[in-house]
Order: sequence, then C-alpha cells, then structure tokens
Amino acid sequence: MLTLANDLSRPLPMVRTGAVPAKEEEAAEIQTLPVKIDIRGLSIFYGKFRAIAEVTMAIPAHQVTAIIGPSGCGKSTLLRALNRMTDLTPGAHAEGDVILDGENILGPGVDVVPIRQRVGMVFQRPNPFPKSIYDNVAYGPRLYGVRKRVELDGIVERSLKQAALWDEVKDKLQQSGMALSGGQQQRLCIARALAVEPSVILMDEPASALDPIATLKIEDLMQQLKSEYTMVIVTHNMQQAARVADYTAFLMIDGERAGRLIEYGPTSRIFTKPEKKETEDYVTGRFG
Amino acid sequence: MTNTASSTHFIRARRGYTRRRTANAVMLVLTGLTTALALIPLFWIIGYVVYQGGQYLTPAFFTELPTPPGTEGGGVWNAIQGTILLVILAGLFALPPGLLAAFYAAYYPNTPLGIAVRFSTDVLAGVPSIVIGLFLYALVVVVQGHFSGLAGGIALAILMLPTIIRTTEEMLKLVPPSLREASLALGAPEWKTSLQVVLPAAGNGLITGFLLGLARASGETAPLLFTALGNEWFDFRSLIRSGLESGMNPLEILVRIIEQPVDSLPLTLWKYAQQPYPERIHQAWAAALVLMAFVLAVNIFARLWILFRARRMKG
Repeated sequence: MLTLANDLSRPLPMVRTGAVPAKEEEAAEIQTLPVKIDIRGLSIFYGKFRAIAEVTMAIPAHQVTAIIGPSGCGKSTLLRALNRMTDLTPGAHAEGDVILDGENILGPGVDVVPIRQRVGMVFQRPNPFPKSIYDNVAYGPRLYGVRKRVELDGIVERSLKQAALWDEVKDKLQQSGMALSGGQQQRLCIARALAVEPSVILMDEPASALDPIATLKIEDLMQQLKSEYTMVIVTHNMQQAARVADYTAFLMIDGERAGRLIEYGPTSRIFTKPEKKETEDYVTGRFG
Repeated sequence: MTNTASSTHFIRARRGYTRRRTANAVMLVLTGLTTALALIPLFWIIGYVVYQGGQYLTPAFFTELPTPPGTEGGGVWNAIQGTILLVILAGLFALPPGLLAAFYAAYYPNTPLGIAVRFSTDVLAGVPSIVIGLFLYALVVVVQGHFSGLAGGIALAILMLPTIIRTTEEMLKLVPPSLREASLALGAPEWKTSLQVVLPAAGNGLITGFLLGLARASGETAPLLFTALGNEWFDFRSLIRSGLESGMNPLEILVRIIEQPVDSLPLTLWKYAQQPYPERIHQAWAAALVLMAFVLAVNIFARLWILFRARRMKG
C-alpha cells in the first residue's frame, strides 16, 4: 500500500454501501487505496431473470477481495462479469457500469479480447489444455503474437515461478499438463493466466476441488501475487476468505431471487463487527 | 409356531433363489451363443475370401493393368490407383464442410439451422447410395459430358458427410466446456479456441470418425456406377508422362487425372464377378480380399492411433 494512490482513487467502497468504518485510521488507510475496478449499479440478467441486482462496490488495487455468500446468490456471475465471461451465456445481458482502470468495460463497442488479457481468470476445477505444460503456459502469449522461442521460454519460466510450480515441473515441461496432480494443475492454470501479463486475476472457488495441502499452497500464492496483481476471489469457504482476503463482500438473494450486495468492507470488520444482521448470521454460521 | 412360519418362509425364499439362478445361467448361455452366432458370418466371410482370393494374389496383381478378358495375367493396378484417388477426393470434399457443419451443430444446437443440420444429416444418411450416384450423374456427368473421378469423388463425399458430421458433433460435445472457457478467458477469439483447443481435444474421435467414413466410402460400388464408371487403362504415370510431353503444367495434369473415368476395387469386383472368364472371376476374389484388407487396415490404424494419442495425452 505504499505508493498506490493515483487519480483513480475514489471514496472508499464502504461509504457507498452505507456502512461506517469502525475506526478513523482504517477509513483513512482505505481512502488512500487506488480503485482498480469500480462496479456501479451492476445488474446481470439471464433472459428475464435477474441474477444479480444493482451491485455497487469498488475493488482496491493490489489487494485480495473475496466475494462470499450462500449458494446461488450470484457470486460467480458477479465475478464473471468482471472480464465479460457472462457474454458466453446465451441470453445474458448486463446493466450498469464496470469501470476497469477508468474505462467502462460494459460500454458499447468494447472489445473483449484486451479486457480478458488484462483480467485473467482461474476456474473452480483445474482445466489445463490437453497439451504439454510448456504449451499450456505459452498458449496465451502465442495468442498475442509472441513467436520467438527465447521469449516464450522466458515467459513460461517466469509464469511458472510466479505460480510456484517451476521447481516441480522444470524437468518435464514437455509432458502433458493433464498428468499433474490436481493442485499442480490448478497452479498450472494460474501460471497460464499470469503468462499474458494481466493486472487483475479472478478466481472462482479456485481451491474447492483441492485437498487441504494443495489449498494452502493456492492461498499462499494469492498472498504472494497481490503485490503485483489485484485479486478477486469467490469462495464458499468463510475461513478461506478470513485467511486470504483483505476485503470481503457479502452477497445474498433478495425476495426475487436476485443476488444483492449486503455488506462490503475490510475482512476483519466483516467477520468481527458486521453492520448487518444477515452478514452476522452468515459469518457466524447461523445459515448458508 | 414362530419357528415353523419362519422356516417355511425361508424355504420359499430358497426356491425363488434357485429359480433365479437357473434363469441367470440359461440367459448367460443364450447370450453367449447368440454372440458367437453373430460373429460366425464375419469370420466365415473373412476366411472364405482369404481362401478364395489368396491363391490368386500375385505381385503382378498389384502392379499391372488388366489384360484383355479371357487371357491370363494382368492386375488391378488401375482400380487400386482409382480407389486411392477417389478416397482422397472424397476426403478433401467432405472434410471441410463436415467439420464446419459439426461445429455449428455442436455450438448452436437449438437454433433453427442447428436443428436443420442434424435433421438433414440423418435424412442424408438414409438416402440409398445409388440415388446419390444418380444425382451426381445428372449434376456433374451430364453437365461435363463424360464420366469422371471427380464425379465419383463428390458422390463418395456426400456419402461420407453424415458420418463425419455426426461423429464430429458427438466428439465436440464430449470436450469439457471448461476448456473452451479457459481459452476464451485468456482473450482467445472463438475461432482460435475451436481450432487450437477444442479440435485437438476432440482429435482422436474426429480422426476415427473420418477414417471410418473413408473406409466405408472406399467399399461403395453403387454411387460409382453412374459417376466414375470404370477405366481399365487408368494409370497415373502414363497420364503424367503424356501430359508432360504435351507441355502441360502440373495443375493441368491434375485436372486431367481427375477428369478421367476411374475404376475402383469394388467396381472391379462387381464387373469381374459377372464375366464368364474364370481368370476374371479369380481376380474378382483377389480384389475382394485386397478391398477387405484395406478396410480392415484402416480400421486397425484408426484404433491404434487413438491408443497412441490417448496414452500421450495422459502423459
């Protein structure tokens, strides 16, 4: 949080959600954080059904922001809207704004390719391509026109190192990515996302299909990566949110089954002094 | 009292159990027998063709053009070349539209066009092959004014199309959607994703489907009767030589080759088997053997290929 403030700094997210920060210093600290993604009044519709309704939140740069909430509350939908993966669902459309580095990615005529280059994604189940480890990581850079072997070698090595996988695979880069263990596959997917040099990484329950040790590695990785990337994760696991996230957003469905943002703020406050009754009930395990 | 009741119950249950066991044994024997029965024709055919055709297989059979009817010697080099040419042409014509249609049907299954593709491939698969031959006769042969390998290749391509479309579509559906998502999330456009991720992931199945389609097409006779017709003098080498002598460029020579009527193994088999000359009857048997071996080889190759690729995928 050293010199991250820039002109994109906006009033802290909690102000908009109506919450009051617990301490003055906390408020002052967050004030200085630059906003990476500013979500304003975002609603996503699947046909006529509104999956998420009027979500407004600002995601700070170089922090881990967790989205939690009960099943079916639209966590994944909200996450997928951040790199326009929602476009892939037939009949889906969005209202509102998602402003990434000052540019509205939902605006008319916006090309999704550069957005998805800047906002990478890691999925719930590890999904390496049925290619070699090397080709998995090199897939993205090749897409953007990197052809030179030396250059690709460098990117592959750097990405695998960042994903803490290099030492385990450096001698078998030509082996299939499918032959790795589940946890290694997930880190390979992270390396693949990092290879195109995004500035935001979205993770949709990245550890839910993994065993506890592999989960721990992924969580460590999130902490390491946040110095260079803005991380947004969706998780079912509240302990995970408490462990890794700097900020936490709690979503819940309203009477029309549309997901709404109930509360958003620093993780420590969401878990210890939630403003809303629903949040408290959820984080203390009374429902969901 | 209680004791008697429970023991009669037990005996009744035992009787039911014996009957179930007997029924099971009988059904097992029956299914085994019918399976063996179903296999008999296959091995009988293979055995008989090998026995009848094997004795007439000579090196000349593969390398020489036919001699006049009623004389000894000669081979079916013309038909072997013709089969290869027809199969290549059919593959070239059927593969691109087949693949693209399959992609469309797999990605947009519930659109009017997607439904139409699936419905019409089913209908096309049911069209008798001789009707396809007749159609190409009217469309190509009559227009060109002569029979040709080109017309035969197109007829076989149409015949292969349903196999290619349906197997490709099924294989594409088996590719996990998460792979496609992963590629799209990296910013890859849809066509690159299809080409570089989905197609290789479905590759094994596609190649099998394609090879099986080819194998089937290479054994067809009826669609060639009105299109490729047959040509006992067809020879690549002499066509190329005479082409070069008259100063044609390679493209012109290629056109000339596919403009010729050509023979194929099933066509040769069909014609020779009706002739009164014993030499020709013998050669028909030998042709049957070669054709069968070719189809079998393609099938085995397709399966070995899958085995090899699947092992490499798993690492």
